[in-house]
Amino acid sequence: MGFWEEFIPLVLHGAVNTLWVLVISIPASVALAIALGSARVYGNAPIKAIATAFVVTFRGFPLVVTLFLLFFGLADLGIYLTPYQTATLAFVLCGGSYMSEYVRGAIRSIDIGQSLAARALGMTKFQELIYIILPQAIRRALPGLSNEIIYQIKYSSLAFVVGYEEIFAVSKTFISRYFMPLQVFMVDAALYLAMTTAAAYGLRALEYKLRIPGLEMSIR
Amino acid sequence: MDPVWWEYIPYILQGAIWTFTLVGGGLALGFAIGVPVAMGQKYGPTWLKAVLDAYVWFFRGTPLVVLLFLFYWGVFPVLLGIKLDALTTSIIVLGLRSGAYQSQIFRGALNSVDEGQMLAARALGMTKWQAITNIILPQALRIAIPGWTNEYAIILKDSAICFTLGVIEILTRTRYVVISTGEALGPFLFAGILYIIFTYGGTKVFNIIYEKYHIPGLVGKGV
Repeated sequence: MGFWEEFIPLVLHGAVNTLWVLVISIPASVALAIALGSARVYGNAPIKAIATAFVVTFRGFPLVVTLFLLFFGLADLGIYLTPYQTATLAFVLCGGSYMSEYVRGAIRSIDIGQSLAARALGMTKFQELIYIILPQAIRRALPGLSNEIIYQIKYSSLAFVVGYEEIFAVSKTFISRYFMPLQVFMVDAALYLAMTTAAAYGLRALEYKLRIPGLEMSIR
Repeated sequence: MDPVWWEYIPYILQGAIWTFTLVGGGLALGFAIGVPVAMGQKYGPTWLKAVLDAYVWFFRGTPLVVLLFLFYWGVFPVLLGIKLDALTTSIIVLGLRSGAYQSQIFRGALNSVDEGQMLAARALGMTKWQAITNIILPQALRIAIPGWTNEYAIILKDSAICFTLGVIEILTRTRYVVISTGEALGPFLFAGILYIIFTYGGTKVFNIIYEKYHIPGLVGKGV
């Protein structure tokens, strides 16, 4: 079999594995970001402190270090995660922390009058957050979240450090058999560019779809 | 008995020299690339804009680890026929990629300088080039400092990825320690905390630079 006949199915198998992590880690990151961002604005003092420490830690650690910690560090404590679990969890912890900053900023950018009006209507703090603040804040945070989602697609290539068989991992092994690094890594680049470009267009379409005409002006 | 990991702390700390060589080199090269690219994107002819857009799209859309391997094993030895060591390759790749990001920071800053400034400079008899270097850039560079602070934090954490080429920076050394002592939790936590300290320390330095060159009233008027 020739180089291409062998490499293309292999790298596509890697791409499926990459997507298999991302379909879980991206929604989970967004959910974690909303929880962390809300906790840092609406939580009481201890909750705020915990959420802040969490974000500072996982924004501060390079993603590779988080991956190594979860895979090898936790093993020291007797907790053994599979490469798939490690990669997914690391992306959620890291991505969720970065994204939470956009959610926090968006929540704080919403006029205090909205909050007061909700409370005056008899809503609890929790109802106010869920029904009034978050639907507006998430729309505002969406451009920032989109950026982070695109980052996560690219950084998913680091899952190879814990032995997860994604695009880059299979390519790295493949060049030891056929030494054609230029072709192999250009194919990788093309796959990532296709994914990031598609995601950028998809997310822009989502932003447009969720847009409420005039909202931007009213919450500024 | 295996040695304990904290005896190797000085060894890990020495990696900081390599980490900051990567960060400093990458940021400086990125700056040297990013500023002209941003100017080309804003003031250049259409064909140049298309070329620069393609450069930015490629380097922003491809993961760093793929770029490192592409250049280390492919572009330099195969395509250009030169053998570069891991450190040089890493700095060049970090710089090329940072240049793509920095060009977007500067493009934003250039756009935030009021259009009237250019018109006024031209009305005073300056050439377009003189107006850019004497009027627009001194303002845009100041506006871009906060964006540059972010870029520092990003490139610092990304420098860890250069362990894949074997540059003996903080993470590579930490992994050696993990392998030789058989302990993983302590060394990796230590490395993580070290990166947090360097992020905050460096951010402080950039904030001092920002304050030093800050012109009261500049930011906010043009934006």
